[in-house]
Parts: sequence; structure tokens; C-alpha cells
Amino acid sequence: MLAKRIIPCLDVDAGRVVKGVKFVDIRDAGDPVEVARRYNEEGADEITFLDITASSDDRETIVHVVEQVASEIFIPLTVGGGIRKADDIRRMLNAGADKVAINTAAVFNPEFVKEATERFGSQCIVVAIDAKQVSAEGEPMKWEIFTHGGRKPTGLDAIEWAKRMSDYGAGEILLTSMDRDGTKIGFDNKLTRAIVEAVPIPVIASGGVGNLDHLVDGVKMGGADAVLAASIFHFAEYSIGGAKQFMQGQGVEVRL
Amino acid sequence: MTQRITVIDYGMGNLRSVAKAVEHVAGEGDEVLVTDDPALILSSDRVVFPGQGAARDCMAAISDHHLNKAILQAAHSKPFLGICMGQQVLLDFSEENGGTQLLGLYKGRVHHFPGGIAPDGEAMKIPHMGWNRVHQLSDHPLWYQISQDSRFYFVHSYYVDPEREDLAAATTDYGVSFASAIAENNLFAVQFHPEKSADAGLQLLKNFVNWKV
Repeated sequence: MLAKRIIPCLDVDAGRVVKGVKFVDIRDAGDPVEVARRYNEEGADEITFLDITASSDDRETIVHVVEQVASEIFIPLTVGGGIRKADDIRRMLNAGADKVAINTAAVFNPEFVKEATERFGSQCIVVAIDAKQVSAEGEPMKWEIFTHGGRKPTGLDAIEWAKRMSDYGAGEILLTSMDRDGTKIGFDNKLTRAIVEAVPIPVIASGGVGNLDHLVDGVKMGGADAVLAASIFHFAEYSIGGAKQFMQGQGVEVRL
Repeated sequence: MTQRITVIDYGMGNLRSVAKAVEHVAGEGDEVLVTDDPALILSSDRVVFPGQGAARDCMAAISDHHLNKAILQAAHSKPFLGICMGQQVLLDFSEENGGTQLLGLYKGRVHHFPGGIAPDGEAMKIPHMGWNRVHQLSDHPLWYQISQDSRFYFVHSYYVDPEREDLAAATTDYGVSFASAIAENNLFAVQFHPEKSADAGLQLLKNFVNWKV
């Protein structure tokens, strides 16, 4: 059977890793290639780059980052951030990315996802969903899609949206709980479970990981196919190898 | 001794990662060439035949590039490594796209995964995407220094079912047990992506580059 995947995520701004990475034995923690190499050595199953470059002038740099990483590191690479048109996808795939994650552009133009999956194949199109709980306590659970880092509501129901994206051919859902992102209190496993049960495609849980139990919960309680985390790996609190050993000890099938 | 390793390019997807991975393990002075030129393919020392996309598109692209003969000839005559669709199209028929005739080097069909729920309660999602175990059936040189049941990276919805059982060099379970690698003489073909399978994948490519048929 398939192993549950552990995916470290790196935020990249103008070609540099941001939000701090602290490995004692890395010379330049801002160099995406060095950081990716380290995660690869630790046994990451995949690496995700999120391009948060604000200026479009600097956006070309992520292409070079992908090229460099892809020529040295032989595991799947996903690139998200600023993917707005078919040409953006083509450039990333040509640079060596295996998948691209589409977020805001899918909300503003859902047909783009359909067009992208027909043109490039479902296996390389990930739809990234940022969701926030909007139901009050005691009400049936409800989550809504937000854009702009969780600031702008869209009126879209998260479950309906995930189904639609899956129907449009998305190969995978990268699901981030905006309530949990950055909190370190664990994934929103109810949200993950709701999406996992709604769509036939793999779901990557994201947002809120603070310790290794959270990774296990994301798989066991949330039903996620993969778990994504940034800060617990960046600050070397836990290594990816250590996380996998722990998960295996808790009965989760991983690649060791 | 230097050699030329050719990666067959017939316009089906990006071959950069395959070429880069082969370059990574190739010897100093070895040349890795990405081409659709039948003459260059047939004059090279080793041939890698990757592929992605739908069966019908792949077959159309092979035919548009006039590569049918060169591929079959290379598959008979020199160290040959098929990857993903480069494994599937070696059989004679795929269920994909309402039925597609393939190159027909081996008798057998390419089936769609059944999906459903595994005995452990897990949903077997399609495509089969991620790291699964590859159970080696022989001590083929391409398995050199790769542990039994190592995990490799897969992305596919169809799998090969060759008529000859002795063709299988490895099996993988995903609702069905399928031939994740086939081998005969100078030919080896895998469903998984060695170029995306970390150390195990690089070792397999290295073994291919060093393979003395």
C-alpha cells in the first residue's frame, strides 16, 4: 500500500527561503537548494515551494530555483504561488516541477483548473484550498474558502468547492486551515476528514503542526494522504526522519 | 570508457528530470542525449524510453515522430529502460481511451485499476500516486544494492498485465498485484519513476548505466 507522505514546505521570496530555517550544518539557510538538499537527505517524500514574491519582476527567480533544485534532488517537487495562466504552469513544469498548486486563480476563474488538467494532466495539478470555519458552536460544521492569506471571504463552501475542483480534474487537494495556520496546535482534523470524505483524490493536510502527534492525528483522525509542515522542520525541532520513525511507531505506514 | 545514453523524446511531457537523473549517475565523459532522431537512438549505447500522458496520445506521438521501428529495434538490441508509459506501450493493447493498440512487443493488456477499499480500510484512490513497495522477483542486475520491497514513486491509473508471467521482474500491490517491472534479455521496463524515487531510484538508474547485458 501507499505510504503516507511527509512534505516539508518552503516559502520562497525573490529566490530566497524566508520565515527562517535553522539547521546548524547549513551554510546558507536562505538558499532553497541547500535547504531542499537537506530535506531530501532526511527522507522527505516530496518538497513544496510556495512562491510568495510580491513583485512580478522577481517572479522569474522561482523558475531558476526550481531548475537548480530539480537538477540535484530526485523526489517530486510542487510549486505554488502566482500560478495564474497556462503559461505559468508550462514554465514550472519545464523547469523541473512535477506539480503546480493553483490557489487564488482557481477561485477567480474555476475553468482555469479544467483547462489546466485537460492540457497538462490531472497528476500535475494540485488545487490549494485555504478554508476557515464559519459555523458557530452548536451549528453543523461549515468551512468557507478565503483568499489573500485568510483575509477575504469568497462565499464558497469548502466541501462544495473541493468537489467541484475534483470534478474539474484536480489531481490533489492541498488543504490549509486558516484557523490553524501558524498556531502550532494541530491540524483542523474535522475539516480534513470532511474534505477527504467528499472527494476521491488525495488530500494533503496543512496548517497548525506543532509536534509529531499532530502529524499522526492528521493521518489517523483527518484521514489525510499526506501531511505538510514548515516550521517544525525548519527550526530543526524535529527531523523528517525522526518524524517518520515516530509515525511508524504509531502505526502509520511511511517510507523509511 | 565513455558511452552515449539516449533519452527518447517524442513530445510527451517533460524529459528534463529523467535526463538530469541519468546525468547524475552517469560516468564522467558519458553523454546523455535527448532526441527523437531514430539514427541517433540506434547508434547509442543505451536507450531510456520514458513517457507520460494518455495511451492514445503517446502512440500518436510515437508515430508522428516515426519512432515505432527505432523503439522496437532498440528494445531488441541494446540496454533499454522503459519508464511509466514507456513500459505500458510495450504491450499490445491498452484499455485506455476506449481501447488503444500499442507497440505490441509483448502480448498482454494494460488495465485500469479497480479502486475500491483495501483490506486495511484505506481507499485505493486513482491515480495510484505516491510511494509504494516494489517486490523483486529475481536478482536482476538492475536491483543491485536495492533492498527487497523498497518503495518507489508511482503516478498512474493503468497497469500492465503481460501474458507471460516470467516477464515480471517485480510486483506491486494496489488492489491488484501488478508487474511494476518487467525484464527480458537487454530490456527492463518499470511503471514507477526512478527519476523521482530518491536513492532507490538513482541506484536503479546507476545500475542501468553500468548494466552489462
